[in-house]
Amino acid sequence: MTFVSQLVLALLEGTVSGFILALMSLGLSLVFGVMRIVNVAHGEFFMLGAVLAWWITTATGSFLAAVIVAPLAVMGMAIAIERVVLRPIRYSPGATIVATLGLLYLLQQMTLMLYGPEARAVTPPLGGTIELPWFGYARYKLVLAAVAAVLLLATWGLVRATTLGLRMRATQQDPEIAQAFGVPIHRVYRAAFALGAGLAAMAGVLVVPVQQAHYLMGLDGLLLSFMVVILGGLGSIGGTVIASFLVGWIDGIASIFFTPTVARIAASLVVALVLVVRGGGLFGES
Amino acid sequence: MLSVREGTTLMSTEKLTRREMLKALGALAGFGALSRFLAPYVYAGASPQPPIKIGLQAHRTGIGAVYGKWYERTARAAVKVINAQGGIAGRPVELIVEDDGTDPKRGIEVVEKFALEHRVDFIFGTLFSHVVLSSAPRAGELKIPYLVVSEGYHVASGKLNRWTFQPGITDVRAQVTAIAPWIVRNLGKRIAMIFPDYAFGYDHRDFFSAAARKLGAEIVALVPIPPTETSFTKYFPRIPRNVDVIYHVMVGPAVLTFVREMGEFFGQRRPKLFGFIDSLEGVDLASPGLEYLEGSYLWEALPRYAGQYNTPWEKQYREAVGVDANGASKTDPKDVSTYSHMFGVWETLFVIKEVVEKSGYRGPKDYRAFVETLEKIEWFEEGLAHPQGPKRFVGKIHQAFGQQFISQVVGRKLKVVHRTKIEDGMYKPEADYTKQPL
Repeated sequence: MTFVSQLVLALLEGTVSGFILALMSLGLSLVFGVMRIVNVAHGEFFMLGAVLAWWITTATGSFLAAVIVAPLAVMGMAIAIERVVLRPIRYSPGATIVATLGLLYLLQQMTLMLYGPEARAVTPPLGGTIELPWFGYARYKLVLAAVAAVLLLATWGLVRATTLGLRMRATQQDPEIAQAFGVPIHRVYRAAFALGAGLAAMAGVLVVPVQQAHYLMGLDGLLLSFMVVILGGLGSIGGTVIASFLVGWIDGIASIFFTPTVARIAASLVVALVLVVRGGGLFGES
Repeated sequence: MLSVREGTTLMSTEKLTRREMLKALGALAGFGALSRFLAPYVYAGASPQPPIKIGLQAHRTGIGAVYGKWYERTARAAVKVINAQGGIAGRPVELIVEDDGTDPKRGIEVVEKFALEHRVDFIFGTLFSHVVLSSAPRAGELKIPYLVVSEGYHVASGKLNRWTFQPGITDVRAQVTAIAPWIVRNLGKRIAMIFPDYAFGYDHRDFFSAAARKLGAEIVALVPIPPTETSFTKYFPRIPRNVDVIYHVMVGPAVLTFVREMGEFFGQRRPKLFGFIDSLEGVDLASPGLEYLEGSYLWEALPRYAGQYNTPWEKQYREAVGVDANGASKTDPKDVSTYSHMFGVWETLFVIKEVVEKSGYRGPKDYRAFVETLEKIEWFEEGLAHPQGPKRFVGKIHQAFGQQFISQVVGRKLKVVHRTKIEDGMYKPEADYTKQPL
């Protein structure tokens, strides 16, 4: 393969994985920005989305049903978790880390018990490949990227142009003042947590046809999401999306020239360097 | 309370009469094989002999959970058969299972728990090499026989210790040495290798490359893939267009993605494919995305589909573990087994039985006799105890050698096209555990 074709492939792959990463990280970033908590179990919402997608698709034969039902189900679960786990500990940052770590294991092991240790795949709703001169590329991956782009835009619109978004931004800036102005911050917290979980679950649903559902898959994305959120600046939507693509592209391009392990090191190094120069991330407050 | 006391009294009286009966039975046993048939009935009552305790270090959770589930099922099935045959040296077998989470650190703790808390006689059944590499040294320190079912070359390499054995499954070096000639002869001489970027993958890389080069083949690309990778398309450009064969060995849940992306990338222009069933253990060959494997070849240790290795022993073994003709659970056709690995658990338990009985082992004070007896064994005959086939055991390196199978994916099933001989995989031992002090 020529250098150009390799580069094209690396950019394509980097973009697709960037979109998935952006969906997942955006939820994490929202939850951190609005609620000031670190949700260690965020990856498990991604996993639950994937596992439910498998279940629903297998039971109904319709992937579209999974796209609609799975994220809603996970959002419902997130609302319950917010009420039962996070509110009683008053969103205390330290206690939340411990509690969500417990949640991570709980969700993971429950999935192991109910769904099993196997990796299961779903047939892509849209098969076939696009034949480029040098290689073939799955059509579904391009659809996936497009759907993710629409969802990212919708989330941005929600935060920028709706009352809920306004309240979220107000709570993010200063919860006490927001409350003084009549913002129901508990409800805002609940909405932010559910939205974050829903985005992660949607990412999970979308990857099942190209990857597979497995009870440990939540951990794969979690580390990268943390990296992305820190790089983009905690709580910044634009920063999170840009950082997702940066990480995706660096990983994709570096794995052409170096071994994959070196690519990972390179991506981590870039993050570390950015943080040395800008402690708050690319778009965060320092 | 009263009833409990009564119960106790009743039991002890009964025990006395049983003991007398046993004496009589013992006398009878001296005359012939009668004891063999009576033994199960003896155990059905109050056990006159303390059980032999065997600890299964299982990957119940973590990345190895699919294997762990089947290793445990196989172990339970084997123990049932052994106990029905009269146990080990007339003693019933008690299986104790502990989960190590497929985690090296917990692996060490499990070994300690088995040795110090459960006080088992033997520990066995560990699969993932990183867990074996962490646990085996601790077993050596605690001086307790540790029999792994791992495939790794780590036992045979001499890296571990005199207490660690692998008598129930062959190692990667033997496997790839045995199948290399078939690949080079039938699939082609320009070979690209895709393998996991850790010890298990390096065994494949080093030993297959060496074996293939000796046969005049050329390894045109080596593509290591980190075990946590979830997308693979970006690695395929490293494979030159004019290769004859892609040799792939992958472990973990991402294999479905791997095969699917390989299909998308190469399309109809694909080279021939040779893979290891390790990638697809626990995975239904009819899963979406695996269409691309149609016509390709896979190594198997024991054919997943019934009738491909047609022996009465294989049939009995399959039946006892509860596996159907497609290699899945009899109760759930979607629950696919790890058929090319789990027989090792079965065979290892029967090895323990054979060695305990040959060595006169009665308790931990007889460990020396157990170890030395096992080291002297040269053959395990094919039979219900060894349904995968006969094994040549090399005491110096604590490793068994056996036959291998090459199968082709035909109609989303596996059909055996070649079976190697035991000697095809034999290599010169590079270590000698028997010289280590006990």
